[in-house]
Amino acid sequence: MTRSTTTSTTQATAVHAGRARVLVLRSSGTNCDFEAVRAFELCDAVAERVHTNRLAERPELLDECDVLFLPGGFSHGDYVAAGRVMAAEVRHLLGDRLHRFVANGGYVIGVCNGFQVLVDLGLLEGQGRAAHERRIALAPNHSGRFECRWVHLRSEACAADWLDQGLVWPVPVAHAEGRVALADGALAELEANRQIALRYVAADGSDLETGDAGYPACPNGAVANIAGLCDPTGRVLGLMPHPERNLDPWNHPTWTRLGERTEGEGLAFFRGLVAAARVGR
Amino acid sequence: MSADPTQTAAPSPSHVASEVLPAAWRVEIRLADDQYDPDGERLVAGAHELGIGTLRRARKVRGFLLSESYTRAEVEAIATELLADPVVDRWCLIDPRTAPPAPQAGTHRIVAAPLPGVMDPQARTVERLLRRTDRMPADGAPTIGTFRVFEVEGDLDAEQLDTVGRRLVANETIERLGIDAEGLPFGLPGGSARRGPVVVPIRELDEPGLERLSREGQLSLDLREMLEIQRHYAELDREPLLAELETIAQTWSEHCKHKTLTGVIEFEGERIDNLLRATIGHATRTLDKPWCWSVFVDNAGIVEFEGDWGVCFKVETHNHPSAIDPYGGAGTGIGGVIRDILGAGLGAKPIANTDAFFVGPLDLPDADLPRGSMHPRRILRGVVGGVRDYGNRMGIPTVNGGLWVHEGYIGNPLVYAGTVGLMRREHVDKVVMPGDLIVAVGGRTGRDGIHGATFSSIELSEDSETESSHAVQIGDPVTEKGVLDCLLEARDRGLYRALTDCGAGGFSSAVGEMGEKTGAEVHLDKVPLKYPGLTSHEIWISEAQERMVLAVPRERLEELLALFGSEDVEACVIGHFTDTKRLELFDEGESIGSMSMEFLHDGTPRPVRQATWSPPDLPDPGVPTSVDPGADLLALLGMPNISSREWIVREYDHEVQGRSVVKPLVGVRGDGPGDGAIVRPLDHSYRGLAITCGSNPEFGELDPYAMATWGIDEALRNAVAVGADPTRAAILDNFSWGNCNLPDRLGSLTKAAFGCRDAALAYGTPFISGKDSLNNEYRVGDRTLSIPPTLLISAIAPVPDVRRALTMDLKGGGTSVYLVGSSDARLGGSHYHILRGVRGGTVPAPDLERAPALMAALHGALAAGLGRACHDLSEGGLALAAAEMAFAGDMGLEIEVAAVDAGDGDGFAAALFGEAPTRWLVEVEVKDSSAFETALAGHPVQMIGRSTEAGGRLRVKDTSGALRIDLALDDLRRAHTGGFAG
Repeated sequence: MTRSTTTSTTQATAVHAGRARVLVLRSSGTNCDFEAVRAFELCDAVAERVHTNRLAERPELLDECDVLFLPGGFSHGDYVAAGRVMAAEVRHLLGDRLHRFVANGGYVIGVCNGFQVLVDLGLLEGQGRAAHERRIALAPNHSGRFECRWVHLRSEACAADWLDQGLVWPVPVAHAEGRVALADGALAELEANRQIALRYVAADGSDLETGDAGYPACPNGAVANIAGLCDPTGRVLGLMPHPERNLDPWNHPTWTRLGERTEGEGLAFFRGLVAAARVGR
Repeated sequence: MSADPTQTAAPSPSHVASEVLPAAWRVEIRLADDQYDPDGERLVAGAHELGIGTLRRARKVRGFLLSESYTRAEVEAIATELLADPVVDRWCLIDPRTAPPAPQAGTHRIVAAPLPGVMDPQARTVERLLRRTDRMPADGAPTIGTFRVFEVEGDLDAEQLDTVGRRLVANETIERLGIDAEGLPFGLPGGSARRGPVVVPIRELDEPGLERLSREGQLSLDLREMLEIQRHYAELDREPLLAELETIAQTWSEHCKHKTLTGVIEFEGERIDNLLRATIGHATRTLDKPWCWSVFVDNAGIVEFEGDWGVCFKVETHNHPSAIDPYGGAGTGIGGVIRDILGAGLGAKPIANTDAFFVGPLDLPDADLPRGSMHPRRILRGVVGGVRDYGNRMGIPTVNGGLWVHEGYIGNPLVYAGTVGLMRREHVDKVVMPGDLIVAVGGRTGRDGIHGATFSSIELSEDSETESSHAVQIGDPVTEKGVLDCLLEARDRGLYRALTDCGAGGFSSAVGEMGEKTGAEVHLDKVPLKYPGLTSHEIWISEAQERMVLAVPRERLEELLALFGSEDVEACVIGHFTDTKRLELFDEGESIGSMSMEFLHDGTPRPVRQATWSPPDLPDPGVPTSVDPGADLLALLGMPNISSREWIVREYDHEVQGRSVVKPLVGVRGDGPGDGAIVRPLDHSYRGLAITCGSNPEFGELDPYAMATWGIDEALRNAVAVGADPTRAAILDNFSWGNCNLPDRLGSLTKAAFGCRDAALAYGTPFISGKDSLNNEYRVGDRTLSIPPTLLISAIAPVPDVRRALTMDLKGGGTSVYLVGSSDARLGGSHYHILRGVRGGTVPAPDLERAPALMAALHGALAAGLGRACHDLSEGGLALAAAEMAFAGDMGLEIEVAAVDAGDGDGFAAALFGEAPTRWLVEVEVKDSSAFETALAGHPVQMIGRSTEAGGRLRVKDTSGALRIDLALDDLRRAHTGGFAG
């Protein structure tokens, strides 16, 4: 198993020179890995699903890729707290290697459960903060329910300049613990560092009221309707919604009412990411 | 680990928790006081619903117990870094054998903890986390316990606290409930591990003795079967061993053998040898569709989808476990049917789940609840939660379902769960070769789920909770997801030759089935156990979840074990298949059972059962007058069988895998109830797959034959409505009936099976698989109540091109709206009758001569792109469908409806609210009208109105031009969403 992975990666490097290489990291209970791979492939990137146990055997696999992608799912069942166990696993496996990867220009992207893992890892915090000192959390939805519904996002002016800033786009969410909750003072810090990457907005792109008044357009009651955050470099980004579930024209919930469409709006997110990651290294 | 023996005695449900304090560190985590606590809020709302208004506030506490061999510093680090969230949580640590600080006056602690041995996925996860991060205690064995506490404030007396605890916090079948008492179970169950052979003397027993043995041993075998076993062992000149008797009981159970449906039935002078074969099987054999790849023989039916890709489909019932533990019962129901798909052929990839629930009235007064039953609201919330937590964690979208409410389900709810899988043709066939190794993969075996197969075959009673608590199973979806991931990889590498899932009967059924033609030898001491203390036969029949059995060629074993090991999924050789045609069981080197496969599988005596049926003696209430059709429409929209299911649908991840084309809810605001779901299984093809269902328990008591034909028509017309091809549809049957030893129950079952046969033949739609659940009766004292006969039909049908798929919301812009199909005055079993409080009359069975051609014609028109929206007419009839199309599209609609001939009755009401089948409303653009009419020439089709403007009104006129309904879309929405919402 290990040997065949090595071979295919090496061949891939030779054959796909110039294309972005993506490591889609999965663990027990990950379940959006196939659609993530498809999204990257549609954007002409080379993506490979890799189990955390393979990374434990060969941590240097990380250094062979441009993007580390943490897909959605219920890693280890999300028992205890969403993403908690996988974060501990990744921290244990990769330790400082992950920080070096980002410092050297690598991208780390987390969707849904992957976002929860990123938050738990403390990767979205400022520098030098221990995991248990973090100031960002993803707490249970204000509705007290799992929420599977479509929302609108607005890509904000932020450190992740590879996002199409100002764009308003539809995408589904499916989570029970997606409410961004912040320690006192953290919101101002995130704003100052240009870390607020994506917000839930109304269909016309206008701001929502916060709290219950914004529900269900903001499905979880997040502080300032935050849907996604990046780190100060803009290369680490996590979001609760699932762009990889809106790749095709007929994924949209009212596509039968819309005119001819060529693709789902989630694809542009991956295209921007892949373009930036290819240039970045 | 130092589990206290008094804490690990045999579990007995009791809310009086022991005062012994756990010999473990206790970490209690709560949300900070300024954080919103949804679980606490829900408990307060639930208490108020129970009339306990004095409960003011509740906060949830998550608790963990950790081995006392950890140091304080170690536990503090674990709590800080792994268990509590630094932003939103606060935590405290309590020393081993110490009570937590007493709560403030006026605050009570309601504590719930899993009983020893009950599957606790949260504890397992923490244990795995500690192992992975090298945080083992000094003695090397991290034992973890979990519990939860609700700290409630308010002036509650002991009885009210008890009610809140029992009804809202804990399920005492699987959990220990304590109120202001801190005894918590810690450690694993013990018990005597009596391994080895146990002789059960039966040769000298008289008939009452045999019956007693069957009852007390929970074998669920009848006297005839016990006599047959006695005869068999007399012939062998020995007494049976316990493991043998248990194997026979599991294999011969109604659940596994379908003795009733495959037995001999005498009905109206006709002798039916094997009802299933004579009706449902007959239809499929007669139709002989070349695209049916595997029917009735495997865990699921398999049909061609496109090229060498096929899809398989199975729906299972999990009724009795769900009655006792709705959450665990429904979760393991979906977990079990997913394993059916993993075990179909050489294994399929699950791509969609379905569910259907039949429960008692959600507004049932507490006083009317039979003793020992849970309130329908609690059951429904529990089963929804169970499907949510299992299905979502498996990464399989739950895309279609149904909910029906009827007082006949109060004591015995029905829970159906289904899964669709995708596979290649080369993976359809499986074969077991002598010499292949028997490999068990997935979860470990525990004492959970003992006697599920036989329990499901007996009626429920007020004592079921205590008698059968060990039949309840708790699922661990993460383990099953690991099995799924590894299994599909192993399939593609050709590492096994055959497989099946461990369902009812556990290893006894799985190995017995796989080795039926060859023979098998099993060594039970090789089976990985969750905890010590199981007897030999408990290991053999345990229905512990998430296990599958593979037949692995010896030369592939190493690679298979390495593959599963690489993802931390257990796989273990427990024996091998032989060529002896015998089942040989060993434990620790001793033989504990040796039996011939022939007797096991073919030895069941086939009883002759009597069946009769006569229609209920009810006068035909005709068509009562609708004085205010608008008010009646609003009332119908709010009826529990019709009102919005959005609260359920949004809790299910119906988008995962990114294949959704038509979602369960459609329309501008996502509030329109779609007729069926469509997924696109293959990335390289535009071909879609529609998944629909049909059922109507209101019809069952009046006319079971018509219920069956109407149900098939409904599943198919739903498929047509979203753009699927009805001529390529395949269907499943799921019968849930009362005690079919009684001639009237069996008679109605027979009638329904005839209906299935005739409709399947007429529509050209083969049944490809099915399942029955008989004995859905509920005993209270000496009275026995049967559920209404309930047939669920589930369909899959291909959509030639997903870009031509339709949704039911009106698109508008001056479009024409057509009624396709004929209305009539047969209102028996209709919701309009329920609304008027009358019962009886003729059930509107479909016209089997004309309906199939109409369906094909409409499909042709829709596939040609001539429709903009389409909605089937079912519960509530034309008026309901028109209302739903209008509000879902946020579009005004004006129609004119002609009265039908209803004798003395209200022919206009019958046209509006009648539930005649094979009807749709279709929205057509004006430019396409003549092409649409041409496509449907010769069929009943009529333009009845036009869409008006966005945000407009629903207006219905009669043919005199009088405006009979005039409602704003918001009025319709309010009525539709005003019901129970979780």
